[in-house]
Amino acid sequence: MSDLIRLSAADLAAKLASGEVSSVEATKAHLDRIAAVDGAVHAFLHVNAEALETAADVDRRRAAGEELGPLAGVPIAVKDVLVTKGMPSTSGSRILEGWIPPYDATPVRKVREAGMVPLGKTNMDEFAMGSSTEHSAYGPTHNPWDLDRIPGGSGGGSAAAVAAFEAPLALGSDTGGSIRQPAHVTGTVGTKPTYGGVSRYGSIALASSLDQIGPVSRTVLDAALLHDVIAGHDPHDQTSIPDAWPSMAEAVRRADVSGLRIGVVKELDSDGFQAGVRQRFHESLELLAANGAEIVEVSAPNFEYAIAAYYLILPAEASSNLAKFDSVRFGLRVVPEGGGTVEEVMAATREAGFGPEVKRRIILGTYALSAGYYDAYYGSAQKVRTLVQQDFDAAFAKVDVLATPTAPTTAFKLGEKLHDPLSMYLNDVATIPANLAGVPGISVPAGLAPEDGLPVGIQFLAPAREDARLYNVGGALEALLVDRWGGPLLAQAPDLSTHELMATEEGVV
Amino acid sequence: MSEISAEQVAHLANLARIALTEEEIEHLTTELGQIMQAVEKVSEVATPDVVPTSHPIPLHNPLREDVPTDVLSVEQALSGAPEHDGTRFVVSAILGEEQ
Repeated sequence: MSDLIRLSAADLAAKLASGEVSSVEATKAHLDRIAAVDGAVHAFLHVNAEALETAADVDRRRAAGEELGPLAGVPIAVKDVLVTKGMPSTSGSRILEGWIPPYDATPVRKVREAGMVPLGKTNMDEFAMGSSTEHSAYGPTHNPWDLDRIPGGSGGGSAAAVAAFEAPLALGSDTGGSIRQPAHVTGTVGTKPTYGGVSRYGSIALASSLDQIGPVSRTVLDAALLHDVIAGHDPHDQTSIPDAWPSMAEAVRRADVSGLRIGVVKELDSDGFQAGVRQRFHESLELLAANGAEIVEVSAPNFEYAIAAYYLILPAEASSNLAKFDSVRFGLRVVPEGGGTVEEVMAATREAGFGPEVKRRIILGTYALSAGYYDAYYGSAQKVRTLVQQDFDAAFAKVDVLATPTAPTTAFKLGEKLHDPLSMYLNDVATIPANLAGVPGISVPAGLAPEDGLPVGIQFLAPAREDARLYNVGGALEALLVDRWGGPLLAQAPDLSTHELMATEEGVV
Repeated sequence: MSEISAEQVAHLANLARIALTEEEIEHLTTELGQIMQAVEKVSEVATPDVVPTSHPIPLHNPLREDVPTDVLSVEQALSGAPEHDGTRFVVSAILGEEQ
């Protein structure tokens, strides 16, 4: 394996800046890695044929003395939920198969303007509906730690790509945990910024009041560097926050938890979580306490209603957002036998183009919004949203950040929960409250669960607009843990090239 | 709250413009009933005195001058359409025979 793919984005950027490595070399190393392992991992839906050309252009500009951004020349993978000019964008759905958008999503445009090199588009649950990538119309992604297990979802492709060293960085989207839960099960880092902190323009909308774009990486500093590239006001997104943001990378570099008050949400520190997940969570807290943080127990009594509210608000908003797939302006068109009216063509197209989970949620959302049920369902869910926000307000009056395990279990087996939607939905119990309240969250590796040897994450949550606090506490914990482990957690991941061969022999891939 | 029937699911599918098969309607009727039973939990705490929240971060309506900015060209807007005539999207008949 080339050493270049093992580097963090920050270290690679330093070598690019010093001229020790070219962007073409770095990009080639990652494309070679994708060619070698992605048959087994299936993190990518599309590999960018122009990546080396883009890299060569950055190298030329650097050689000409042009001033470039801190991540210039660094390759990046892009979740397929983001539209990309010149690259197919499907959001994991058959209904958009082969569609090449005429414009770039704002986070993609910013990444390109920063001189970064898009490697391709990553796999995801269809329209970001799921926690395992098994709902992708193009087949699941496999967890690099164990190819028989899920990489999380919906952004399993982005998380698996960085965990398998196919890309140093990736973009993700998080509506109920789709960046943080994949980070938890793949031993990587993922941040959901404050709602409105990163533009959603060009992100194929799932639930507009919950969706947020954010960074996926192997280190906290790398996530912060990418966060600094993509954050900021965008007039194309009406919900974009006009505030100026402090440097997240600076927050990591100056990480210090002495005097930091960390609240442990007691409702999310229960028997419902796997023993090894809780063990690593508490060890992380002890480590932070030993380094000056103050650990306080807080209560968030309404968090237990968050999932129920989420599974009313999300389908309601999704059923409305997905109405745009009408067989007229983009994507698939299926004409019923013998022809039909525009409505019949639309119904036939959506029947053929949407997968089972998307249909389930559209019907659920249509029901929740129907006359006579609106107040009882959608209206009540919006009230729970207020109560969850009040729980956060009360907690943040006492502490600077909150801590929870990121998800209840380590990676489960592919297929294990596929036909049990309710049990799949419970994966997001710890991540959903942040989306309902718009507050930022990060998941950082906390170790391997002793019982199964699989990665476990710890989640930190901060008040809205205080994303920098996440990078402070996440950066501090990462430094302490890496020191304890004697290296990054991913150094303990199985050697994928051997794994791939074994899996191929067993007929898994 | 009320039980969900197969007829209701068929009606919802019609509203949502998805030509579900009989088998899908049958599956969804069972699943929807189970999911709704779980999410009805919200009614336990959603009392009349609680104000609903539609949006997580309070925002004002941003306005701008009514002048064209970086919009898509006609060619770009039509580039992904299943059918177009060079200037417009082409669709099949709006009305059926009985209408």
